[in-house]
Amino acid sequence: MQRPRRWRFRLTTYVLRRVLGLIPVLFGVSLLLFLITRLIPGDPAVAMLGQRASAEALQQLRTDLGLTLPVWFNLEAAMQRGPLGLFDSQYFNYMGDLLSGDLGRSVFSRIPVSESLLVRFPATLELALAAMLVSLIVGIPAGVYAALHRGRLPDTLIMTFALSGVSFPVFWLAIILIYIFAVTLGWLPPSSRISVSSDLNEITNLYLLDALLTRNWSAFTDVLRHLILPAVALGTIPLAIVVRMTRSSMLEVLSQDYVRTARSKGVGEREVVTKHALRNALLPVITVVGLSFGTLLSGAILTETVFSWPGIGRWVYDAIGARDYPIIQGGVLFVAVTFAVVNLLVDLSYALIDPRIQYT
Amino acid sequence: MSTSDATGRRGRLFGESVLGDQLRKFFRHTTGVTGLIIVGAFVVISLLAPVLAPYDASRDRNLRARLNPPSAEHLFGTDELGRDQLIRVWHGGRISLRVGLAAVAMAVVVGSVLGLIAGYVGGWIDTLIMWAIDILLAFPGILLAIAIVATLGPNLTNALIAISVTQIPIYARIIRSVVLSLRESEYVQAARALGANPFRIVLRHLLPNSLSPIIVQLTLSIGIAILDVAALGFLGLGAQPPAPEWGLMIRDGFSQFLRAPWMSIFPGIAIFLSVVGFNLLGDAIRDVLDPRLAE
Repeated sequence: MQRPRRWRFRLTTYVLRRVLGLIPVLFGVSLLLFLITRLIPGDPAVAMLGQRASAEALQQLRTDLGLTLPVWFNLEAAMQRGPLGLFDSQYFNYMGDLLSGDLGRSVFSRIPVSESLLVRFPATLELALAAMLVSLIVGIPAGVYAALHRGRLPDTLIMTFALSGVSFPVFWLAIILIYIFAVTLGWLPPSSRISVSSDLNEITNLYLLDALLTRNWSAFTDVLRHLILPAVALGTIPLAIVVRMTRSSMLEVLSQDYVRTARSKGVGEREVVTKHALRNALLPVITVVGLSFGTLLSGAILTETVFSWPGIGRWVYDAIGARDYPIIQGGVLFVAVTFAVVNLLVDLSYALIDPRIQYT
Repeated sequence: MSTSDATGRRGRLFGESVLGDQLRKFFRHTTGVTGLIIVGAFVVISLLAPVLAPYDASRDRNLRARLNPPSAEHLFGTDELGRDQLIRVWHGGRISLRVGLAAVAMAVVVGSVLGLIAGYVGGWIDTLIMWAIDILLAFPGILLAIAIVATLGPNLTNALIAISVTQIPIYARIIRSVVLSLRESEYVQAARALGANPFRIVLRHLLPNSLSPIIVQLTLSIGIAILDVAALGFLGLGAQPPAPEWGLMIRDGFSQFLRAPWMSIFPGIAIFLSVVGFNLLGDAIRDVLDPRLAE
């Protein structure tokens, strides 16, 4: 169908406004992280090196980290070197580094944070996508079944069960899953992404994809076996909302005229549900899953900790223990930016798909 | 918005019967009543802990009974210091309840004030406040709490503050939207025309109408806060040893879990039960208070 030109114009301005609207938020996120890490009482150099570090080492680290500079504006430098010196301060150096993609280096390994992110993020992404898949595979049939038995026992049971899913601490569920399926039954490996003995050419660092691309089937099954337990544990987080959304969306669609028409034509119940109703009911479900991506990222911190999964979560967790502030800051910033961008993309794609959405 | 306007007015005219109606509706809600019973039991059992079983975490150790599995003597088993896990789980409930309630209470107060100011004053103040709220919302889940505690230093008070901060945006947004929808309504206009001062309008007209969405969110928020406290404790960023905090207990249990799985199992069940209680209750309250959602 050709959409009217005015619709396209309004859509374009809507997209532009949303994308531009992201800028002040991202700017604020970076400012908040700066405030959190710089303006707290205590000396980060002491925090990093410990109380017994020598005065020279502390001073060296302070200079390296740029902590000897003024926080906001460098008046002294402005007097000596001209107006641009005003911006030789902690904040403007931080922003300048950020905008050029420099997130600093790990205090201990000296590896650039942005470099580690590129290796770590695919691990987290793979886990989050697998968790989404788990929640959809379990959640959609459960939601449809609940909708078809609305108000009766299966409905109550499924909805209560789904609610229980969000009430588990995800790290606890992870421990229990390891105990049952790895320790007691020995079916699945308890930790990490791949066996030490497995040989895999890393291309994208999404191991399943890499194994597929290189047609390395033994590595593929190995990676898959490692992925199951963490994905199930993390998948319980969006599960409840998938079930709830599928159920209410199905109920709405099933009560519509065209479904009644299909039924009165004599179309079988199975076909009405799968072909006519489910397809239309799925759109809001997909949106909700997209929006829960951020929750998955933060849940990944807990899941990855338990499963020794080498993603961003485990990395930030280790950095917290080691007080490696550049990693904490860079990791958190990266996750927040990813979250904001994914949310925007979900919103925009929803607006593209569904012309009923108002752009106000 | 005219619907909330109408319900607000009806609420005051037939306060008794609307409340009675809602209570009747609530008590017919099986899962809601289950939630209420769980939450009630959780609160009562936690409050009675110091009376029935006084406990001093800093002195508790019994090295002759280390890592005992659950038995008649120690129903939940013992940990690596020989501490009875039942009494620790029991007292852990006090910590979760206290931190959960305090974090949510702080979030409600700060969020409401911000939402009221943003909605009522409008203009650049509204823009500024909503900008701050959007920034807080850009951090998914407990990530912001983790960042705050990681820098402020790990302890229970900082965990409480951090969790509270992550919950402020929800309340600010709820209150702001209610205020925006009511600000231009006839009865608020009338009150203003009669010369009521802004504080009176806010306290008498705007806040009471924000109550039902707040109450719904409150119950669910406490469940989230309990989970977050446990998560921070598990990461070593919340309560510190020897506090019998549930997340911390699971952390201790995780390091022993091949030898003593009961150490992590029981605190986890306690978290699950209390959170599921608040979630069931919150869901039922939403069904009762928000007729638009009831099917």
